[in-house]
Amino acid sequence: MDDPYDTAPLIPRDRTAHPVALDVDYKTSVTRSPSLPLLSLESTLTEESGPRFGHDLIGALDNNLILNWSQGAAPAIGERIRVHGRVLDEIGRPVPETLIEIWQANAGGRYRHVKDTYFAPLDPNFGGCGRTLTDAEGRYEFLTIRPGAYPWPNRGNDWRPMHIHFSVFGHAFGQRLITQMYFEGDPLIARCPIVTTIKEKSQIDRLVAPLDLAASKPLDYLAYKFDIVLRGRRQSYFENRPEGM
Amino acid sequence: MTQSLEILRETPSQTAGPYVHIGCIPRFAGLAGLYPEDLGHSPISEGVRGEIITISGSVYDGTGWAMRDAMLESWQADAAGTFPGSPGADPAVSGFCRFAADGESGEFTLRTVKPGSVAMRDGRRQAPHIALWIVARGINLGLATRVYFSDEDNRADPVLSRIEQRPRVETMIAQATGPAAYRFDIRLQGPGETVFLDI
Repeated sequence: MDDPYDTAPLIPRDRTAHPVALDVDYKTSVTRSPSLPLLSLESTLTEESGPRFGHDLIGALDNNLILNWSQGAAPAIGERIRVHGRVLDEIGRPVPETLIEIWQANAGGRYRHVKDTYFAPLDPNFGGCGRTLTDAEGRYEFLTIRPGAYPWPNRGNDWRPMHIHFSVFGHAFGQRLITQMYFEGDPLIARCPIVTTIKEKSQIDRLVAPLDLAASKPLDYLAYKFDIVLRGRRQSYFENRPEGM
Repeated sequence: MTQSLEILRETPSQTAGPYVHIGCIPRFAGLAGLYPEDLGHSPISEGVRGEIITISGSVYDGTGWAMRDAMLESWQADAAGTFPGSPGADPAVSGFCRFAADGESGEFTLRTVKPGSVAMRDGRRQAPHIALWIVARGINLGLATRVYFSDEDNRADPVLSRIEQRPRVETMIAQATGPAAYRFDIRLQGPGETVFLDI
């Protein structure tokens, strides 16, 4: 477990783990991708520190998207699921007490957002937004409904696979990550031009959560497991010492 | 074959998408009632020490269009150059702010305290700066840059010094436009492209 003053340099980012910036099949990326090389530098205290959030931030229903919008009055419509996993860094250390924010469409594939004009109806009991903190071992969980797939204007007939957006902080501003979780077995994953901005198939697989029946609850919800790996800190000679030494 | 290194690979990023506001700034997105306030609605609170400034600008795409859907995050030290969480830091500085381009104009504004200069590991000083992280639909991995200030001495800054094409340094410097007011435009692509950092 690292502490707030652990400010070792971050391991330089392996950009092959990530999507390409410009992909003609994801049309919006064409004009929103830098054309010049990024300036590569060793991290400084600015990137090695970052905002920290405590349990006082988190409300009782914040990690329950089935009930949080109605404040417990009525459950959202959809297939009930539990999503759980761990947040680790590249050297396998748990990332404890870090904030995870999630957002998603409802069971019909509609977001509660002024810009979403898809005609699938809003669910009056679903907001589509939640958050949670990892525990001391980096574990997290939340309850939600399985989001629907939906069409989007890109090529003639593109559909987003079922997905949940994740925003993860880590303990350093340079670890900041936003990504999306997909569901095992969804045939739209391989056809999605946002998914395929990631060019390594094995890295796409990292975003596909397996069904986890052992973590489900009979007669209540299914479960999916989604582990997340953030950038790690460089462990140099002499610096790789036991915590507190 | 060799032994395994037992190093994990970072989870790949995916675009924050057009609906990032729902998850990160739900009140801004019209989802009042979930949280008492949006996370990072202000990086400072009552009693902050130092000069309060505003930084306004837009995020332009490669066609010169001010994006209406970008979300930005900032992280900074306090007026003395100490990061929140470190001993002696100003308790009225959280250092973290979230702000979004206006849906009509594409304009954003960050109201904060001007940071002090920050020491490097080797003792050199970095000029006062604010780290920025920009996400939006069409941005597949969040873009990092920094805001420096036109009324500070930036000549010895170790990050700015690494920029080979000297005119590009200007893309990271907020221009003073009045008392405690600055302009900082971000260009994702093309002429005047902002220097983005792999840091």
